[in-house]
Amino acid sequence: MKIALLGLGSVGRGVAEMVAKKDLGFTITAVADSRSGCMDPGGIDIPALLAKKKKTGHCGDTGITAPDIVKKADYDVLVEVSPTNALTGEPSIGYIKTALARKKHVVTSNKGPISLACKELRTMAGRKGVALRYEATVAGAIPVMHVLEHGLAGNVILGLYGVLNGTCNYILTRMADEGLTYDQALLEAREMGYAEADPTYDVQGIDAAIKLVILANTIWDNGVKLSDVERTGIDLLTADALRLAEEEGCTIRLIAEAIPRNHVLRVSPRIIAKNHPLVVEGTLNALTLETDMAKEITLIGRGAGSVETASAIIGDLLYIREHYGKRA
Amino acid sequence: MKLEMKDSPGQLVAAIKPISDVGGNIIAVIHQREPDLANDTLNVQIVLELPEGRLEKLIHLLKEQGVHIQRIGEEKLLYKRTVIMIGHIMHTDLSDTVDQIDSTGFAEVSELSMSMPAINERSSSRITIKAVSKNDMAAAIEILRRVSKQKSLLLIEPLEDIA
Repeated sequence: MKIALLGLGSVGRGVAEMVAKKDLGFTITAVADSRSGCMDPGGIDIPALLAKKKKTGHCGDTGITAPDIVKKADYDVLVEVSPTNALTGEPSIGYIKTALARKKHVVTSNKGPISLACKELRTMAGRKGVALRYEATVAGAIPVMHVLEHGLAGNVILGLYGVLNGTCNYILTRMADEGLTYDQALLEAREMGYAEADPTYDVQGIDAAIKLVILANTIWDNGVKLSDVERTGIDLLTADALRLAEEEGCTIRLIAEAIPRNHVLRVSPRIIAKNHPLVVEGTLNALTLETDMAKEITLIGRGAGSVETASAIIGDLLYIREHYGKRA
Repeated sequence: MKLEMKDSPGQLVAAIKPISDVGGNIIAVIHQREPDLANDTLNVQIVLELPEGRLEKLIHLLKEQGVHIQRIGEEKLLYKRTVIMIGHIMHTDLSDTVDQIDSTGFAEVSELSMSMPAINERSSSRITIKAVSKNDMAAAIEILRRVSKQKSLLLIEPLEDIA
């Protein structure tokens, strides 16, 4: 199966490394980073490409761009792992549409296109008879989409509750464990590489809300948007608030929840018993699905990371080969 | 509850039967003839447990039996939830915030812990609310949401039990 890889940041590098390392039967025939690209229908030498990228900052020829690759390269699956634009989803939405129009499968970790155009892109993929898979967009390595699709097939999903942002969870864990102030914990998260220079997306709950939108659209096909999510961040929390929760055997976590029967779609810091399964430590993610037959199922795992996210993408690639094997 | 009924045969049974009809459990019946009372009535105190939401029905049934309810004593508040509020809690009239819950008649603030780090800094408080029923609790939390919005306080609600 031939793969075109768009994006060579942390996630793209993880995918390239794992494809090169594991004998999965995948060939990478095209790669683009933000400034260059390369194509080789016979298969690219990945270790050499990664070494070049590390040394020069470019993976290929500056004359070859991502749109060139999407339009012209020889591939079966487009792996779209370029940076997210949460406001417009572009240029990724365009890339995905172009690939689908060429009847190519698409696997992405990019939250922008899926949260903004989930229905349109899924419909388009369906019409073209190809797959659009995005396991890596929500909760990193946790195979939530596979669980919904297979393990919980036939269940009605009644609601979901999740810790979907590792940065917030890290900050809250440190505030609770060490009595740090919000600013101290944020600074530490930055030093550890868990928080961006501008942490707004994470700490104001926007990232978690986007993931909630993706889950809600995937499960209930209800067309909800980011603006439909009632959202409160963690940036105004005090160390005292965590201590007051602690005195009651509780803590505070940023919880994303969707309960259609109560018209609830929100992300907010919540008081939660310390022994609750959703109370996970550090940058971990957790998700509880409430279903009619299985009742509650909680999944816990790593929500970010290069190889961790590659795990979700490789799972999607293998799924595609299994289900569309003859063509892919 | 304290009941007043006619002092004639069958009246006590008439007062007690509706309790079992609504699924209540009688814990004690205190029946005393008070000498100074007009002699055609009888005062009875009954301590009972009732399933949630049945009190209205019981009151209605007792009235039908011609039993007069003098007083309904302390109704135990069965639901308890703890919230945390952050912001300028004192300067936005804490007693008003508490009173908005207490004045509902169906919910009350039963505990309040505060921490005030320094003047002009935001303080944090933990507020425990009790209410008679789940619906009343939801209404009380809704009031707190409204008040918090008005007063620019950050309200942290408990994650409801998943059910």
